[in-house]
Amino acid sequence: MDRIPILKLGDALLVTIQVDMHDRMATALEEDLTTRIVSARAKGVLIDISALEIVDSFIGRMLDNIAGVSRVLDAETVVVGMRPAVAITLVELGLSLTGVKTALNVERGMELIKRRRAEEANEQPGE
Amino acid sequence: MAQAETLVIARLVSEHEREIQADWLRQLKDSGALQTGRITESELQTQAKNFLNLLRSALEKGDTTDHAAYGPVRAMLAEVSHARAVQGFSPIETATFVFSLKRSLFDALNRERQLSPVEIAKTTWAITVMLDDLGLYTMEVYGKAREEVISRQQTEISELSTPVVKLWDGILALPLIGTLDSARTQVVMENLLQTIVNEGAEIAIIDITGVPTVDTLTAQHLLKTVAAARLMGADCVISGIRPQIAQIIVHLGIELNVISKATLADAFAVALRRVGKTVTTIKSASVAPA
Repeated sequence: MDRIPILKLGDALLVTIQVDMHDRMATALEEDLTTRIVSARAKGVLIDISALEIVDSFIGRMLDNIAGVSRVLDAETVVVGMRPAVAITLVELGLSLTGVKTALNVERGMELIKRRRAEEANEQPGE
Repeated sequence: MAQAETLVIARLVSEHEREIQADWLRQLKDSGALQTGRITESELQTQAKNFLNLLRSALEKGDTTDHAAYGPVRAMLAEVSHARAVQGFSPIETATFVFSLKRSLFDALNRERQLSPVEIAKTTWAITVMLDDLGLYTMEVYGKAREEVISRQQTEISELSTPVVKLWDGILALPLIGTLDSARTQVVMENLLQTIVNEGAEIAIIDITGVPTVDTLTAQHLLKTVAAARLMGADCVISGIRPQIAQIIVHLGIELNVISKATLADAFAVALRRVGKTVTTIKSASVAPA
């Protein structure tokens, strides 16, 4: 079965979804990603969906789930590059993914994760 | 209108149909119906012929112009008038189509030798009443057709008036003017999201100074737009909420979980701070060394 590759970039993981996902692939990705976050001790997860033209409620929920799981594992999830049509569809489906951070592209997403890390690092000595 | 006069008119039209039609067409041409080039001679001829035909059969059956027998005549006039309104004929040009028939009918009446002066006077009055009625009907349809054109244009304008403007690198503004309904929100949303992608914007300001009123549906539309923009990775600020609208929003119990600012300027300041820019005053040029 095809699996979606997960790349390690510094202390973040990068997932680029370039094919239309079916449900089993999505479940597999969720599992793979969870194990990789732990094994790579990742602090952030970037999911690039700029190539995705169709998103259904299942994929929408998967994104939400991944965000929830990675938050428990102390990693921040950023969904990047969502197309306008996809954004409209998700909103119309009532999935506004409130638990997920978003960014316009991978570059901005990386910046976002780095900034969060820096903020946390600054907060810790004060505690 | 009495039955007798109607029958006289009916006889007139059926006996002299050819002459009346030719005369009428000449009248129409003289009044400049063809000069504008909006209608061809053959079209005008067909219209005149159809109208006379229908009028004759109506006259034979009906008494006054609101009789059911005039239905086809009215339908035909409505069609002609509607078409002319859309083609851009002036009201006068449209009304002349019917009124110019008067002259031709009077001429035909005058050629009748066996009618008494009283009969002629009565018939003249009957023709006047009949054609005036039909002429007024034509104008009514014309007016309605023009109103349709205007209302269609209004909807088109409202669709067009949703520009997305770039205020600074990464800062967009969406000044909304007019009522927000579902169809328009869709256009606005698509415009905004596409521009966010094109410009790589980080923050968008939705200014609703020009929105006359906000109800639960409008608020929901706004929130949908904001949610969609957030999914793309851009934040939204809503500005220009007028006092009355603020009251309505609170009274309706709508939760606007968005940053909102009083004016576009305030929202712009927030946006600048977000992208790490600031506005400073330049030291006055007048105190520059002489």
